[in-house]
Amino acid sequence: MNITAFALFLAIVLLTLLITYWASKRTQTTSDFYAAGRKISGWQNGIAIAGDYMSAASFLGIAGLIALGGFDGFLYSVGWLVAYLVVLIIVAEPLRNSGRYTLADMLAYRMKSKPVRSVAALNTIAISTFYMIAQLVGAGAIVKLLLNIDYEVSIIVIGILMILYVVLGGMLATTWVQIVKAVLLMAGTILLSLLVLGQYGFSMVEMFNQVSTKFGQHFLEPGLLYKNPLENISLGLALLAGTAGLPHILIRFYTVPTAKEARTSVVWAMFIIGAFYIMTTFLGFGAALLVGPDKIKAADQAGNMAAPLLAEALGGSFFLAFIAAVAFATILAVVAGLVISAAGAFAHDFYSNVLRGGKATEQEQIRVAKWASVGVGVASIILALLAKDQNVAFLVSLAFAVAASANLPVILFSLFWKRFNTAGAVTGMLAGLISSIVLVLISPNVMEPEQALFPLKNPAILSVPLGFLGAIIGTLLSKKEDQQKYTELYVRSNTGIGAE
Amino acid sequence: MDEKKQSTQPDWESIASSEEFQTLMRKKKRFIILSSIFFILYYFALPFFTGYFKFLNNKIVDSLNGAYLFALSQFFMAWILAILYVRHANKTDQLIEEIKRKKEVAE
Repeated sequence: MNITAFALFLAIVLLTLLITYWASKRTQTTSDFYAAGRKISGWQNGIAIAGDYMSAASFLGIAGLIALGGFDGFLYSVGWLVAYLVVLIIVAEPLRNSGRYTLADMLAYRMKSKPVRSVAALNTIAISTFYMIAQLVGAGAIVKLLLNIDYEVSIIVIGILMILYVVLGGMLATTWVQIVKAVLLMAGTILLSLLVLGQYGFSMVEMFNQVSTKFGQHFLEPGLLYKNPLENISLGLALLAGTAGLPHILIRFYTVPTAKEARTSVVWAMFIIGAFYIMTTFLGFGAALLVGPDKIKAADQAGNMAAPLLAEALGGSFFLAFIAAVAFATILAVVAGLVISAAGAFAHDFYSNVLRGGKATEQEQIRVAKWASVGVGVASIILALLAKDQNVAFLVSLAFAVAASANLPVILFSLFWKRFNTAGAVTGMLAGLISSIVLVLISPNVMEPEQALFPLKNPAILSVPLGFLGAIIGTLLSKKEDQQKYTELYVRSNTGIGAE
Repeated sequence: MDEKKQSTQPDWESIASSEEFQTLMRKKKRFIILSSIFFILYYFALPFFTGYFKFLNNKIVDSLNGAYLFALSQFFMAWILAILYVRHANKTDQLIEEIKRKKEVAE
């Protein structure tokens, strides 16, 4: 085993546990647990959003996709940033103004709490679980490649760490773990990019010339990886509409004191995330040139080792160890965010509001929130162990598709459509959830490509319209509801009057 | 912000029908609709034109082609639009302050 890598991994574990210890003393109330007491500042939250969002899949996966497939991998990078415009312009501030801890808070504001919360909680748990399994399975495989630690051992270690952060330190610990990770990831990526560009006289054009000479100009052109343009459009829609419906991102806006701070945090996040995804070009093409596709594929067929191997080629074993540690921190920060979002759906939405009708005491709520975090964590560990050697990459696109089809339509209608009601919200969310899952099950992700009933890997192009349609039909076929609550939400979400 | 318990609920109806709130919402919706149309078109133009046409493969500088430049421009589009939004929102914040002041006078 690489001793440097092991020492760096240990340093990250110690640092994050220190943060957790510090945060645990400041986590007393439900508002502390779910929302870090709403005391995180805008720029801190912006860095944390970036840390919550930029997963190992995007760091290692995109670098690999570009290194092996050229230009097409970059399409993901574009979608992952532009999607934040929906978050910034439409969703973040109204959500901050009208909710407390979960996405369902906003949806339940003007509607019958129990049915809306139940279905919204189900969606949050589904999205977070799909995302988490993909992250953990990927993490197990990556740690095995990097450190040669058994898959099972690394899943259990990562799982225990994420449970500790959340149970002991709540959102405050999660936030600072995400901030540390974002700083490490950006430092590692900037350093790698500079080293790559340094090889070509700091000229991007020169790097592209080299790519073109070595692999042919078509490597820089679209169409090498994705032949069907409709697939790209469907993927683009899932990323654009899905990001603004991802519960683990949206709950971060409750950690800041005001809507204005929420706005500031999205802008910070956009500059960090954008800079990061632009640099995926240097990582990907750099790995193709300086490591070579054969060596990358020999280490891992999917290309996940492109960035670490690039680090080794440029900076030797110490730099490899550093990038491996960055990847490890990346995984920890993302899974911790997922645990707290799923636990909030269980404890705040389902237990406190649906089962107990909002009458649970503060102590009971905290206790249930912590047990829910343990439950979510343990269940995810078991599922990830069972999914060993399965190809679970499609679970990430499924998570985005559910977020886009089940959550975004009802978020938009809750905020802007007066006639919208409980029945519409429930049918909309279920239509989006069920259509996404069914379409993925009959797609080439799961079925043999020739026999697949639905030809696209990403269902968004059909499931997002179905989500909207479900919400519209459900609303129009049921009775009008009290409009007073809508007026209240409309004023509150747009002005912040009465916001917590 | 402390969770101050308000003794009386604000009069939502009267705020909603006030001239300031109507102006606020008109300005907000105008920005949301115009900017959304713009970025949705700009964004989907990338998979559309790279998927169905070949002209973006034209080289611009040496090996640097239109497809990469267009993809890269998406990042700057997003950043510029984000800054424009913040400038717009800082202005509508003043309207919100106005609404809050009037509400307090009324109470």
